[in-house]
Amino acid sequence: MIAETGHYALILALGVAIVQTMLPLLGARLRDPQLAAVAAPAAQMQFILIAIAFIALTTAYVTSDFSIENVWRNSHSAKPLLYKISGVWGNHEGSMVLWVLILALFGASVATYGTNLPRQLKANVLAVQGSIAAAFLLFIVTTSNPFTRLSPAPFDGQGLNPVLQDPALSFHPPFLYAGYVGFSMAFSFAVAALIEGRIDAAWARWVRPWTLAAWMCLTLGIAMGSWWAYYELGWGGFWFWDPVENASFMPWLAGTALLHSALVMEKRDALKVWTILLAIITFSLSLMGTFLVRSGVLTSVHAFAVDPARGIFILAIMGVFIGGALTLFAWRAPLLAQGGLFAPISREGALVLNNLLLTTACAAVFVGTLYPLALEALTGDKISVGAPFFNLTFAPLIVPLLIAVPFGPLLAWKRGDLVAAAQRLMAAAGLALAVSVLLLAFHQRGPWLAPFGIGLGVWLVMGALTEIAYRVKLVHASPSEAWRRLRNLPRAAYGSALAHAGLGLAVIGIVATTAWRSEQILALKPGDVADIAGYTLTFKGVAPHQGPNYQERVAVFTVARNGHAVTELTPSKREFTVERSGTTEAGILASWRGDLYAVLGDQLKNGAYSIRLYFNPLVRLIWLGALVMFLGGAVSLSDRRLRVGAPKRAQAKVAAVPAGE
Amino acid sequence: MTRKQRRGVLIGTCLVVLGAAIGLVLFAMRDSIVFFYSPSEVAAMQIAPGQRFRLGGLVETGSVVRGEGTTVRFAVTDQAKTLHVTYTGVLPDLFREGQGVVAEGTLEPDGVFHADNVLAKHDENYMPPEVAKKLKAQGVWRGDAEAGGPMSQGKVN
Repeated sequence: MIAETGHYALILALGVAIVQTMLPLLGARLRDPQLAAVAAPAAQMQFILIAIAFIALTTAYVTSDFSIENVWRNSHSAKPLLYKISGVWGNHEGSMVLWVLILALFGASVATYGTNLPRQLKANVLAVQGSIAAAFLLFIVTTSNPFTRLSPAPFDGQGLNPVLQDPALSFHPPFLYAGYVGFSMAFSFAVAALIEGRIDAAWARWVRPWTLAAWMCLTLGIAMGSWWAYYELGWGGFWFWDPVENASFMPWLAGTALLHSALVMEKRDALKVWTILLAIITFSLSLMGTFLVRSGVLTSVHAFAVDPARGIFILAIMGVFIGGALTLFAWRAPLLAQGGLFAPISREGALVLNNLLLTTACAAVFVGTLYPLALEALTGDKISVGAPFFNLTFAPLIVPLLIAVPFGPLLAWKRGDLVAAAQRLMAAAGLALAVSVLLLAFHQRGPWLAPFGIGLGVWLVMGALTEIAYRVKLVHASPSEAWRRLRNLPRAAYGSALAHAGLGLAVIGIVATTAWRSEQILALKPGDVADIAGYTLTFKGVAPHQGPNYQERVAVFTVARNGHAVTELTPSKREFTVERSGTTEAGILASWRGDLYAVLGDQLKNGAYSIRLYFNPLVRLIWLGALVMFLGGAVSLSDRRLRVGAPKRAQAKVAAVPAGE
Repeated sequence: MTRKQRRGVLIGTCLVVLGAAIGLVLFAMRDSIVFFYSPSEVAAMQIAPGQRFRLGGLVETGSVVRGEGTTVRFAVTDQAKTLHVTYTGVLPDLFREGQGVVAEGTLEPDGVFHADNVLAKHDENYMPPEVAKKLKAQGVWRGDAEAGGPMSQGKVN
């Protein structure tokens, strides 16, 4: 009964979405405010209906109702509750319901909280959002119905892939989808603006919070995925350049460019065309990510079960929305009025450079991801493009950007003084260079560029501090004056400094782990000792253990450093009885200095075990950096100025906007 | 600076950045593409030793030899030709005799494939899709292959 309710709710939601699309657009055309006013309640209704469907599916999982095919395929009664719930989105059909749920949530949020939006814009935005929802609901209802029944109902389910039974991975999809789908808001706003043929700074002011929220979620979602891959997949790496990882990274790159572009639009009424195009591109990349994962063209741990028919449906959706949006853009973009002028050396100029480098880097990742697919489709040759390609193309494009980042906030709008900015950054540059030289002297092994990579990260962090110092006039004003300014600094300034500093931390972590990682592959018998990175590990042996739904073989290592016992590491191998497959759990000793990482392999002939040991220096900084970026976004989002809707036209802009505003 | 000059600077910068990107991509393409072959294709194509590629097929039953140390020897077959492989490291969980495997590495002059990366991707039938396709093409494939499923890697950097 619950499942049927859920199914019915989905179909109703489809109907509501169609209504939400057609009526407001008609209302805008016929200038009928009542038709246009349908949009908001329709969006809210749609959210409620999809929420009902989602709750129905979740209930089915939690109560282990195996008469529903989706539950039978992906769940089992012995599974812990958390994974029963996360199993809802651990499969294609359920994850699509989550997708449209978040889509409807964003739409309903605009409907409920967007009271400051001009009525027409709001109606158009919700109409576009409704059209996306309608397309995906149609997809779900026709090809991916999660509520199909099985008769007779099986006794128990097939279980969830053991590799997915993990706390971090449970929350990875919701955050990731919030990011992907969140960019649909920017897309809807962009298309609505194109439909209206009008765009102004106020539009950017409304777009920025939604885009920022989506960007924050995507940052965290990607970081969680990377962290999970690191500790679960057993080889201590945090990024594979896997096509599906790239599919999430590309919207992030484009979304970052969009965020900064919207900032320029809001402050200076410039870069309108850039912003609209980036909004369309970012969401298009999100759609492409959806396609890649579900179409079967990829083989990857992230790929959902395939069905070419679904792939074609999503391809059609992509064609309609991306093609339609780009066509609309080509047709209507010339209508958008030319915005403010600025000199090439200025904050706008720096942000244009930022956009350029980010989109080019995104394009490089795009080519590397899609080239194998295209080649296979055209010639049948199977190739793989991996880390070497991306390191060669992505890194050289992103390094100039990272160097430029600290300059941006120190340049004035409209016309900036590059020399003055450089002078202010001397301390930061000096420290970065000093760190690089010191590391070059100490670390004899590893790529010679690595110390400069670390220096780059330090440069970013110090640049962020310099920005704050400059804003509060730390050097020129008295300490009390500086303190007063510090307290009154707009939150957005803290937000951007935090985000850039977070980026720097992540860069340091990435460079350190990639360049200076230690690895050993050993055959150890109980009692053997291994040394790595200052730690001494003594292998105690392997013992069996029983988990809730798995059998485990646990290896025990005592870890000592400088003669003192530190801890025990227990890497293990798990065999899941129901799913008949296993996982490898790494033993990790985490510290800020780096992670000691042990993996248990197979038993060898003479009773020894194959053991792999890693030391990953500073690897925690990668995820700390992502978290700091997320916090920076949150601080920025909490800035009251961002949430005040319409700009006050009555008060004239007082005096000159101070440099660094 | 006039508007025209400004636009010129902007377009110039765009071209420089794009040009650099295209150059990098083309250069990287040449060096870092890795092809995928089955044992029969390896035999037919006479791949030069030292060239990096991916080998896909089934792990021949009874061919897995675990030595004293951490080096494993096994054979990869597509029912027509077989290629011997050595690998030093921890094998992925899903590596099993009679099941599909993809190994990346180089073919050495001694005729043995030295793998530094073994991926055992499996679906319900424990078969990597690329391998299934090759087997199908050779007419030796029995059964339904569905792609999609978890992948685990054993990797030596």
